[in-house]
Amino acid sequence: MTVTQERPGVVEDSDDMDHADNDHHPVGYGRMLRKEDPRFIRGLGQYCDDVQLPGMLHLAILRAPLAHARIVSIDISAAEAHPKVRLVVTGAMLAEKGLAWMPTLSGDVQAVLATDKVRFQGQEVAFVVAEDRYSARDALELIDVDYEPLPVVIDVRTALAPDAPLIRDDLEGKTDNHCFDWETGDKDATEAVFAAADVVTVQDMVYPRVHPAPMETCGAVADVDRVSGKLTLWSTTQAPHAHRTLYAIVAGLPEHKIRVISPDIGGGFGNKVPIYPGYVCAIVGSLLIHKPVKWMEDRSENLVSTGFARDYIMRGEIAATKEGKILAIRTHVLADHGAFNGTAAPVKYPAGFFGVFTGSYDIDAAYCQMTAVYTNKAPGGVAYACSFRITEAVYLVERLVDCLAYDLEMDPVALRRRNLIQPEQFPYTSKTGWVYDSGEYERALDLTLEMAGYDELRREQAEKRERGELMGIGLSFFTEAVGAGPRKDMDILGLGMADGCELRVHPTGKAVVRLSVQSQGQGHETTFAQIVAEEIGIPPEDIDVVHGDTDNTPFGLGTYGSRSTPVSGAAAALVARKVRDKARIIASGMLEVSVADLDWVKGSFHVKGDPGRSVTIQDIAMRAHGAADLPEGIEGGLEAQICYNPENLTYPFGAYLCVVDIDPGTAVVKVRRFIAVDDCGTRINPMIIEGQVHGGLADGVGMALMEMISFDENGTCLSGSFMDYLIPTALEVPHWETGHTVTPSPHHPIGAKGVGESATVGSPPAVVNAVIDALKPYGVRHADMPLTPSRVWDAMRGQATPPI
Amino acid sequence: MQVSMTVNGEQVTREIEGRLLLVHFLRDELRLTGTHWGCDTSNCGTCVAWLDGEPVKTCTVLAAMAGGHEVRTVEGLEQDGVLDPVQEGFMQCHGLQCGFCTPGMLMTCRALLDRDPDPSEATIREAISGQICRCTGYTSIVRSVQWAAAKERETALHTQTETVGSAS
Repeated sequence: MTVTQERPGVVEDSDDMDHADNDHHPVGYGRMLRKEDPRFIRGLGQYCDDVQLPGMLHLAILRAPLAHARIVSIDISAAEAHPKVRLVVTGAMLAEKGLAWMPTLSGDVQAVLATDKVRFQGQEVAFVVAEDRYSARDALELIDVDYEPLPVVIDVRTALAPDAPLIRDDLEGKTDNHCFDWETGDKDATEAVFAAADVVTVQDMVYPRVHPAPMETCGAVADVDRVSGKLTLWSTTQAPHAHRTLYAIVAGLPEHKIRVISPDIGGGFGNKVPIYPGYVCAIVGSLLIHKPVKWMEDRSENLVSTGFARDYIMRGEIAATKEGKILAIRTHVLADHGAFNGTAAPVKYPAGFFGVFTGSYDIDAAYCQMTAVYTNKAPGGVAYACSFRITEAVYLVERLVDCLAYDLEMDPVALRRRNLIQPEQFPYTSKTGWVYDSGEYERALDLTLEMAGYDELRREQAEKRERGELMGIGLSFFTEAVGAGPRKDMDILGLGMADGCELRVHPTGKAVVRLSVQSQGQGHETTFAQIVAEEIGIPPEDIDVVHGDTDNTPFGLGTYGSRSTPVSGAAAALVARKVRDKARIIASGMLEVSVADLDWVKGSFHVKGDPGRSVTIQDIAMRAHGAADLPEGIEGGLEAQICYNPENLTYPFGAYLCVVDIDPGTAVVKVRRFIAVDDCGTRINPMIIEGQVHGGLADGVGMALMEMISFDENGTCLSGSFMDYLIPTALEVPHWETGHTVTPSPHHPIGAKGVGESATVGSPPAVVNAVIDALKPYGVRHADMPLTPSRVWDAMRGQATPPI
Repeated sequence: MQVSMTVNGEQVTREIEGRLLLVHFLRDELRLTGTHWGCDTSNCGTCVAWLDGEPVKTCTVLAAMAGGHEVRTVEGLEQDGVLDPVQEGFMQCHGLQCGFCTPGMLMTCRALLDRDPDPSEATIREAISGQICRCTGYTSIVRSVQWAAAKERETALHTQTETVGSAS
């Protein structure tokens, strides 16, 4: 294992790429070009919409134009008469088959097609299957729906008012829009600390509704074999196995007659975790007309109806001594879950992992109370690379700490440094019960400050302030909890969050590894080959990685919450070790020594004291499949399988620093520099890690400055296209400066922690803190995202208001 | 209506509806699925291909408008089994992750290098600013283009030297 525990922090990327780990060893970790890329750069990726089957028909969905309305009648006769239309289906027709409603991943139900009323604008009302995609769209225009408009609930603050319209009258006995209450921490102990504290800083903040908006929208191709009854479903899913099991439950199809294929996926970011009505419609369409049916949503449908993220209104309170020792953190959250609770989070964690809102600080007490409500907005909740709501938690605590620094007139670096959990305190149990596995926080903080030239930046800022120029420096320090999760604590609809892995070494020493997770761009075909290569000594080029196909991979819960490396990566390493253990026994037979007399040198076994006598893993593979005798009790073949149940989550962390300049005349924010130091434990492929970080940083800048899904007072979504929902282009983001430290996870087989969401989690508060810092001359202590020019302008005039 | 055009050097003729968008013509009629469909509003650029040598967003061009013209898609970048330096650059510098924006990015960046063999970082960012990548944060795309530009300059120098050498 090439874990470099004592390695000092490394600055990379100040000028160019990280070549520090650019090894050309035959096997194992290091910068290795991706095995996926040759097909993508030729335009030969196979995405869902690229699937073309003989006789395939096209499905389009009619969506509600109103946010809350009773369906009085639906007339589909004109649509049915369209010459190219083969099928039109309404909610009433699905209800006859018991398919009008489906379970969500959080135990709620969601309408596949509306039967009684529509509950958000964009909700699915009917679908058409036609010979081509344009005709299917044409026919939607021919469906006549008579709606009786109902009053809407859009402002989450009024959702629980006694006179609020009832959204979920489909739930028996439901009389209000309450979704759930949740709390964590010790209320009384926290109260006591707050009562005795020198300083209490309170800040209300809004984390607006945003959308993952992957470049590929959601879609599916369903093909039911009329003879065998077997369904093959190509779909844009981050969790093919979980989806298959749910389809078996929803549709009553036998699970062995369902094959879910998750082909190349054009970005997920959590958007492709839930089951959407469109997938179910495609299945129903194919079942009814015995033809393959394709559904691909357009961009507006994606933005208006699929899994959003955030939408938390938070009151944060932080208690401290006047010297800046943080004593306690308390928060109340009002969570907008939309019309159906479609959150994808472990059952015991309805608020995801928001419980880590105590951040990276050693404090005495903490408490959170959360109320979640239904509103007439699209369902969803956990999406957009949020690590199960840790994005919201980190934003809360990192903004609060900066507010405290403002109140105490302390440097935000000094305040954080004073309160960071110290290396010797790990494993550290937080006041909300999370066991942080390992960390060396100050090392990462120091590296960030060194890379940024912090003192010099502060000097420059002081000079600029003299001249009336607005420059801001923002810091954030985050700790994530990823790799869900231990099955005793974590399941989704009863499915434990463990992951399977299978490894088979062929006679010639080449291998295939089958994963339960799949990739939406993370490069699993490369990194998982590297993980196995590191353990078993077969070059990664010789290891084929199979994923995203339920017929050909072991069961597991899928790729989200940065869980692939922490869970499946562990499974891949352990299954390779299992194969290596068998290989050792076979080698002992080949070399006629006991297993104890063998040394493993990556790729071969050597006789201790006689290194000239050795066999390679390839020799062993041939022997395992050959005619010669094997040691007693050893079966032929060289393969193994495993199901890895993580002992704990892993806790990657990082220190980020953002430098912004604001034009005082236009209030336009320009991100000048962004320095990110990440510690994700053992690093498998630094090139891919850097890419994951870069992407997340762009997400963070987008959320902080540009992105928001907004609604008018009638519940009409105002962000239904990329002309209205703004995503950063190359002009809005800087050249990223990244560095890293390595603090392996003690319980993970290879010490890796996961990095997919670190930057999305850590960067928004750094950007916002930088903007607020720039506005210090105006006496601004807080302003909510997205910090668009108009919102910054308002803040400069003392009129900062929440975006909702 | 009937439409004929040259796509990646091959003459194609199809009977189509007048309203058919070029992106769907390429994808559904010609099965050139490298050109992607991402937004319908010319904002994302996953559908960029060339029309007479200029990058266009094929989600807002009718197939009929391409009649009689030359179209080049990502499938036409590789020539005789040799990758375009821009394709190589994206692989070398991790200029892609999910690969969905990649074909459009490649076509835009190829066009950029054709008119500016040594673009600055600012020029590259400007050139791709009509396109969105959700995965890379753009820095690696900038590097990929710089890698390709450097390789092309080196190749040009090498070719020049060889020509001079053979002349003497």
